[in-house]
Amino acid sequence: MKKAKVGWFSFTCCEDSTIIFTELMNTHYDEWKKIIDIKAARILRKKEDLKDLDISFVEGAIASERDAEKLRKIRENSKILVAIGTCACEGMPSSQRNKFDEKQKKEIRDEVKRFDLLKETLPINKFVKVDEYVEGCPMSEQAFLNVLDKCVKKVR
Amino acid sequence: MHTFDITLEGLSKMEGHAGLHVKVKNNKVEDVKLMIVENRRFFEQAVQGIDINSAPSLMSRICGTCSIAHEVCSIKSIEHALNILPSEQTVILRNLAMFGLIIRDHALHLGFFSLPDVMGKDSILDFDEKNEKEHKLLHDIFDIKQAGNDLSTLVAGRAVHGIHLLVGGFSAFPSKEKVKEVVGKLKSVREKTLNLVEIFRDWEEKFEAPTEFASLMNDDFSFLNGNVVHAKNEEVTEKEYLKHLHEVVIPYSTSKGYDFEGQVFMVGALSRINQNRKNLHKETRKDVNLSLFPSYNVFHNNLAQAIEIPHSIDSAIELLENTGFRQENPAKPEKNTGEGVGIVEAPRGLLYHYSDIRDGKIVKSKVVVPSSQNQIKMDKDIVLLVESMLPKKGKKDIEWEIEKLIRAYDPCMSCAAHFLKVKWI
Repeated sequence: MKKAKVGWFSFTCCEDSTIIFTELMNTHYDEWKKIIDIKAARILRKKEDLKDLDISFVEGAIASERDAEKLRKIRENSKILVAIGTCACEGMPSSQRNKFDEKQKKEIRDEVKRFDLLKETLPINKFVKVDEYVEGCPMSEQAFLNVLDKCVKKVR
Repeated sequence: MHTFDITLEGLSKMEGHAGLHVKVKNNKVEDVKLMIVENRRFFEQAVQGIDINSAPSLMSRICGTCSIAHEVCSIKSIEHALNILPSEQTVILRNLAMFGLIIRDHALHLGFFSLPDVMGKDSILDFDEKNEKEHKLLHDIFDIKQAGNDLSTLVAGRAVHGIHLLVGGFSAFPSKEKVKEVVGKLKSVREKTLNLVEIFRDWEEKFEAPTEFASLMNDDFSFLNGNVVHAKNEEVTEKEYLKHLHEVVIPYSTSKGYDFEGQVFMVGALSRINQNRKNLHKETRKDVNLSLFPSYNVFHNNLAQAIEIPHSIDSAIELLENTGFRQENPAKPEKNTGEGVGIVEAPRGLLYHYSDIRDGKIVKSKVVVPSSQNQIKMDKDIVLLVESMLPKKGKKDIEWEIEKLIRAYDPCMSCAAHFLKVKWI
């Protein structure tokens, strides 16, 4: 049976779920190498192949138009897109600036402008269709394993 | 004469997102820009108005991989502000949490980021499972990482964003059975960590440049406590540390970093081993050859990290085997207003948290992360490296060498993004 082509992508967040992903490899690597082929994951390799992915896991919230563009490109190339962790699913805590008071907003105004950030930092479903959600900060390991299993069955 | 631009858009195999732009004209480097491709999350503002008991777990979210260091450091700054004296057991548990972090995080960096460079491969995923050496290495890395994860989980409840760490103490305590289990796991990987030390000792990569070092100094090579010692054995307390750091702009770069009293300096494993190796655990010193230190070779930061893994294992085993853990209430604050500083040795070096507290709530906070303290040296080193390769080497070779050098520093962009002041290009 062919392996599912998988991508792992991080946007605005602390990458805690990436760490959990690399930790799950400690005990699941032998099993995963039979069923998935990791085509893109900056933490693991330089080459990033975005073409015709079966499953894309997306961590982090979206804070800039540049990231929104990349996310749309990932969506176009993926059969299934999974939101990973609270920032991708709900926006928080990366979107904490959305709720700042006037004083705090003034403090960060120059940086928001200088780095060309969006007016608000938002969860990924504000930009693209999301097929599955794995909640948690960091993501729940069991929920991720369940979603991975479900998605792999769908695409293989 | 060489004139060209190097643009590395997405530096890979590091924590977080960064890019690099180097401009070369007539064999001279005209400009280096380390671009932070991370978006700001504004933690120093977000923590304003937050109750002291909730602040550490928020600050933990600055970084996934070194979350425990941020959490412990934030707790220390709050305790120092409010005269909270943690118990002896709390200090032991925090030391253990830090040892678990060091084991897991160093094994991630060495195994997933640097080992492919040693083996001439793009990724740990490309290791050939039919090749005995590569198969063993791959699985050794997984086992070492898992042992660190198990130690952090035992003490902090999770390896990422610990849930048992509190201001003043802990909310849960390791059971005898679990302690025994984790000691067994740590012992089972010890030999593998010594093998990793050998690999990085044998790696002949070399890049040397003059620098000063800064690290915490203590008599048990702990990552938790001590004064900061920098070049010429000058010692400064946690509280005074920031006064010695000056924010500077370097002429050929648009990024800002810190110098230490006008000197380029470096923090991290290499600094710690250079300055404090005599205090490594006695069992570690028996099995590890330290003759290459002190060293100015940046690639020895990998070797120094590798050495800190068996040290963390030996120290953790000793603490676990000699402590009977019991339920204990967190220490109480003497007051609810004040300001305090906490410093810990995060995997990548000195981490600084400052908290100004009024009526039990944070009103002001400042965080200085290791990667921004290494910024100036990293930029200067890139210039030296590129110029040393000109005019003989081509662009591709230079790009490869730059990435390797940056990876040896083990920069953490999730942390750095929020505090480094870098101009977007």
